[in-house]
Amino acid sequence: MNKNQIIIKMSGVHFSYSEESPILKDLDFEFFKGDKVGIIAPNGSGKTTLFHLIMGLLKPVSGSVEIFGRSMEAEQDFAGIRHRIGLLFQDADDQLFCPTVLEDVSFGPLNMGKSKKKAIEISKRTLDFLGLSAFENRITFKLSGGEKKLVSLATVLSMEPEVLLLDEPLTGLDIKTQTTITRVLKKMNISYIIISHNIEFLEATTSITLTMHNGKIYTDDQVHVHIHDHAHVHGNVPHKH
Amino acid sequence: MIEEPFAAGNSIIHRIDPRFRVAAATFYSFTVALCYEFQPLIAALAVSMVSVLLSGVGLKKVFKRLALVNVFILLFWIVLPLTYAGNTVYSLGPVHVYPAGIVFAAKITIKSNAILMVLISFIATMTFATLGHSLSRLRIPEKLVFLLMITYRYIFVIQQEYQKIIRSIKIRGFKPKTTLHSYKTFAYVIGMLLIRASERADRVYNAMRCRGFKGKYYSLTDFQADTKSWVFVTIVSGVTLGILLMEVLFNE
Ligand SMILES: Nc1ncnc2c1ncn2[C@@H]1O[C@H](COP(=O)(O)OP(=O)(O)O)[C@@H](O)[C@H]1O
Ligand SMILES: [Mg+2]
Repeated sequence: MNKNQIIIKMSGVHFSYSEESPILKDLDFEFFKGDKVGIIAPNGSGKTTLFHLIMGLLKPVSGSVEIFGRSMEAEQDFAGIRHRIGLLFQDADDQLFCPTVLEDVSFGPLNMGKSKKKAIEISKRTLDFLGLSAFENRITFKLSGGEKKLVSLATVLSMEPEVLLLDEPLTGLDIKTQTTITRVLKKMNISYIIISHNIEFLEATTSITLTMHNGKIYTDDQVHVHIHDHAHVHGNVPHKH
Repeated sequence: MIEEPFAAGNSIIHRIDPRFRVAAATFYSFTVALCYEFQPLIAALAVSMVSVLLSGVGLKKVFKRLALVNVFILLFWIVLPLTYAGNTVYSLGPVHVYPAGIVFAAKITIKSNAILMVLISFIATMTFATLGHSLSRLRIPEKLVFLLMITYRYIFVIQQEYQKIIRSIKIRGFKPKTTLHSYKTFAYVIGMLLIRASERADRVYNAMRCRGFKGKYYSLTDFQADTKSWVFVTIVSGVTLGILLMEVLFNE
């Protein structure tokens, strides 16, 4: 890990959707070039919210967000860096909105000012990389769940981002697509943060696992042991952690 | 689910520049819609039939579509002859039949079928995506075109969400009746659907911003205004003007 190249730095970030219940409290987080980080935490602990704060889709109530060494304040600041960070949404239907696959995958490159020819070239290469060459002219909303997820990933990768934020990329997918995504991630030389409930997947693809609790992020090396213990002791008994 | 059964094909019409097809179909349909006399309407019906044949689409599917629309038109045949005020009246007991109503219903039937057939052969023979891009090239406001495309994309998703809600109320034993409880439930379903649609819209917009969307929509399609496209619009325009002329001549 190259500690000189910091990509994301969040300090003292507070966030809440409504006054009563703060979601993130005094959260500090640093992410460096080359990091491959997994986040595993219960539903509702604010993982998706964290990603949306990084992308500037939500604004912190207080605290600071710095990305690529620049302080992010206004929408304009985020608009300048969004193409360098690729966010894969939890629901592929949110991400795919063009009628055909090729149009959707080239949407990012075209927005970045690439020529039509160049955009198509990048998109075809990306689809090829993911084994989706045959999908170019397919209608996006007629794809299966797994295909939609892979095409969503293609729409993110075609912008050639430096960082990937993957929000539960395996949820709801069949084993074959899960294996494809794992293989693709291991093959790529890119920094990423993955939110997932799948420990084996995180073990295979990331080097550090973090967790979220009470609106903060913790480095949690015991997380594996913790879950395995419970799985055996309370196997069939409904219980709270 | 929305299908595009006519879009695939390689007929002479499929090979005409989509923009020209949209423009020609618009001009032709408007003209036919304005016609009132039998002579131009029947001429239009014949022209439309020829265009369907030229487009090489499956006639069975075309008939199915036409049948669907004609079921609606059947309503005119029931209502108009009984209500359309005219001079000569045939009476069957207490029921009066106005021949002018029958004539009017017949005109509506010919008109609708002629327009529908031309839309099938000129417009339905392109994908929805191509239609959107053609519209934006024809200087239809970008926002309108975008709205159309997004509606097309998400109508299916919203339909799925609707079915999810309906299923969830059904498995809890809901049966629609004419009671206050039923109406309230329907109101909740509609409300829920609106909220989900609006949340969906927010998420889609966010996803678009993440991919660098700044309000401009780019199109990948290359359109080619080649000779055959020009010949095509010229012929369609000529025929349309001919129909218009017939309307003027036969109008007493
Ligand atoms: N748009 C929203 N409005 C209000 N509350 C929200 C909204 N989105 C998420 N929440 C709440 O914020 C909390 C954290 O949500 P989220 O970040 O999606 O959690 P996670 O991704 O870890 O499951 C949840 O309790 C959720 O109910
Ligand atoms: Mg989430």
